[in-house]
Amino acid sequence: MSGLSLENDQPKLTSRRRVRAFDTIVLVLVMLSLWQVVGSWTQGVAVSPPLQTLVYLFGLLQTSMFWDHAVATLQAFLLAFVLSALMGLALGLIFGARRFAGEVAEPILAGFYTIPKVTLYPVVLLLFGLGMSAKVAFGVMHGLVPMTLFTLGAVRNLPPVLVRTARVLRLSPLRTMRWVLVPACLPDIVNGLRISFSLSLLGVLIGEMFSSQRGLGFLLVNGMAQHNVPLSTAIVTVIVAVAIAANTLMLRVGRRFGRPDA
Amino acid sequence: MNGESHVSLREVVRLYDGPPAVQALGPINLEIYRGEFLSMVGPSGCGKSTLLDVVSGLARPTSGSVRFEGRELHGKVPDGVGVVFQEDSSMPWLSVRDNVAFSLRTSGLPKNEIADRVDHAIRFMGLAQFAGHYPAQLSGGMRQRVCIARTLVLRPRLILLDEPFGALDQQTRLLMGDELLRLWRETGATVLLITHALDEAAMLSDRVGVMSARPGRFIDLVETEWPRDRDSRVISDPKFGALTGRLWSPLREESLKAMGRAA
Amino acid sequence: MRGRQAALIVRIAVLASLIVLLEIACRIGLIDPLTVIPPSDMVSSMVDQIGSGELNASIATTFSTIVLAFVLAVIGGTAAGALIHRLPRLRAVADPLLASYYSVPTFIFYPLLVALLGLGQAPLVVLGVLSAAPAVVISTLSGFDSVAPVLMKLARVHRLTPARTLAWIVLPAALPHLFTGFKLALSYALIGVIAGEFILSGTGLGYAISFAYQSFDNRTMYGVMLFVLLVAVVANGVLYVWEGRLARRRSRG
Repeated sequence: MSGLSLENDQPKLTSRRRVRAFDTIVLVLVMLSLWQVVGSWTQGVAVSPPLQTLVYLFGLLQTSMFWDHAVATLQAFLLAFVLSALMGLALGLIFGARRFAGEVAEPILAGFYTIPKVTLYPVVLLLFGLGMSAKVAFGVMHGLVPMTLFTLGAVRNLPPVLVRTARVLRLSPLRTMRWVLVPACLPDIVNGLRISFSLSLLGVLIGEMFSSQRGLGFLLVNGMAQHNVPLSTAIVTVIVAVAIAANTLMLRVGRRFGRPDA
Repeated sequence: MNGESHVSLREVVRLYDGPPAVQALGPINLEIYRGEFLSMVGPSGCGKSTLLDVVSGLARPTSGSVRFEGRELHGKVPDGVGVVFQEDSSMPWLSVRDNVAFSLRTSGLPKNEIADRVDHAIRFMGLAQFAGHYPAQLSGGMRQRVCIARTLVLRPRLILLDEPFGALDQQTRLLMGDELLRLWRETGATVLLITHALDEAAMLSDRVGVMSARPGRFIDLVETEWPRDRDSRVISDPKFGALTGRLWSPLREESLKAMGRAA
Repeated sequence: MRGRQAALIVRIAVLASLIVLLEIACRIGLIDPLTVIPPSDMVSSMVDQIGSGELNASIATTFSTIVLAFVLAVIGGTAAGALIHRLPRLRAVADPLLASYYSVPTFIFYPLLVALLGLGQAPLVVLGVLSAAPAVVISTLSGFDSVAPVLMKLARVHRLTPARTLAWIVLPAALPHLFTGFKLALSYALIGVIAGEFILSGTGLGYAISFAYQSFDNRTMYGVMLFVLLVAVVANGVLYVWEGRLARRRSRG
């Protein structure tokens, strides 16, 4: 806007950032206090208070038991995430490019998204048995559909002129996908990956919670069954921290790939 | 033209918070006479919309006073004022009829009177066929007519319009101008029209105010001396060209100033 | 329009043929009945269980839990959203929180909720609210953001009180966004409650499925499963159609 110089904006920005930082610290303190209150009010029967949890967690991170379980979860999760991402990407590209197939499939996929997938868990167990493959199946069950839907949306919203350009240049379907479609869809695809990440993790964890003897989900439920409250709280803390960190990282990455005006 | 003063502005100044504080308007001294059709033209960013906000009571002057019908405005919109905005303010969730009736929701009038007024306003603006339609189904020009009908139904004594026809094509604008004149004559209201279109101001108004670049002040106030009974065909009157020319020379200079600042 | 109808027909045909294939595969023994039972048996199991009334208690429990969680999430979420919208400082802090919220598997808090509130409806309702409310808050915020500033000016021209401005202008203008939030809220509440009942509960439809599974009673299990899936699809479908109708009226132009 005319009349306003850039130098005059700087002091305003820094003070706003300072206010934001201050407010965030206040919020964190408020949440920690609430945690503390709930923890001590129930006398550590439901939740263990922050400090106790942190101390316990510190000790826990040094046991091999914890890392055995963490690695089990990580393995299942990575496999589930990669499968969801690749299959979702492929399906999304196909359904996005083939208009009619996409129109047929999308409501089905969207409908699947709103179903309580946990009701299908017994079927998965019956098909895959107990063990790693079932866990991975759960993860894929949760992570595949959002990835497909996001990719589908990205392809469908492609400016048609890009596709026409590819045809004029007589690019093969594979090259069209690799050189035109995928780069143009990248921001939405990264978003889909981010959501799929969280949901695959959710699927694997829930699977571990009720049908496994290994993994962080199992540790959580086991801790509860044995009334080892610090353990349960510590596991929850680890999962929350990892989930938020991963999500924030992917948001940043997404922004870098995003549209320049975003 | 002389008559009873309807709106009176004295030394009105309007600043926007900084830093740095920007003086958008003023000092303005103006008498708007009851029943007149006054237009305001000026370069972009000169504060025309701010002036309208101040006159309507939507914004409080930083200093100076605004009086409507003798009473001072304190940042609240008084009874008897109608405003037609630049942007489409039709409510997409209401039909045309309900949109027009919206103005009278707080009036406390009996239902049949409301229905009468609404029907009259809808017919007056040529919307009778579309009374049950929704704004999304109408063109831009018709949506503005809905907004005007909604103002009309209040029987305002002062009608303020902020570039109401800006988004419309030239022919539609000319016809809407005729509608506006019809409205003015039928209601006997005082009309203040903000516009960037010189010809529109020149053909519709009793007086035209020319504003300077920011901070907006009056640099000229021209009387057109058109008969009350006019319409867009005054275009062919030789006086029209002279009028428009008289408005353009100061305006051109101010517009160049405003552009230079923005560059 | 024809394209849309054609897609609908193909979709139904695809789903129908998948069901028929499954039926055949089960009947000829290609699929072990200990794993999956034929769809026709699933339907008859569901009909029997509902008809005999043996599911009534579970249905009542689950539905009441879901509805309670939904209502609390909608009311609380809309109010919280309105409040956050009003206070920019609060919003600056809340926005990143809301953006990260759904990356955390809310479900992991369920065991802690049970430890806190006991095994019953309470932790399920809380879980449902925790799953659903943030979606309502997010869509309330975007809904209020979407109200065109000119409409707020209109409210002042008509000298509407803040309460009337909210009721007559802001809420109707924001309604499409709000409705999307409600749709998501129902979906998340349903998923959260059923999941909770399945993993750790003594009553409700989710528990009924789990119990049947652990008792090796496939027939009962698939019957209840089918019922739950149908309810989910129908409930979400109704809201989806409603949402479409709402959007269409407002934006044909």
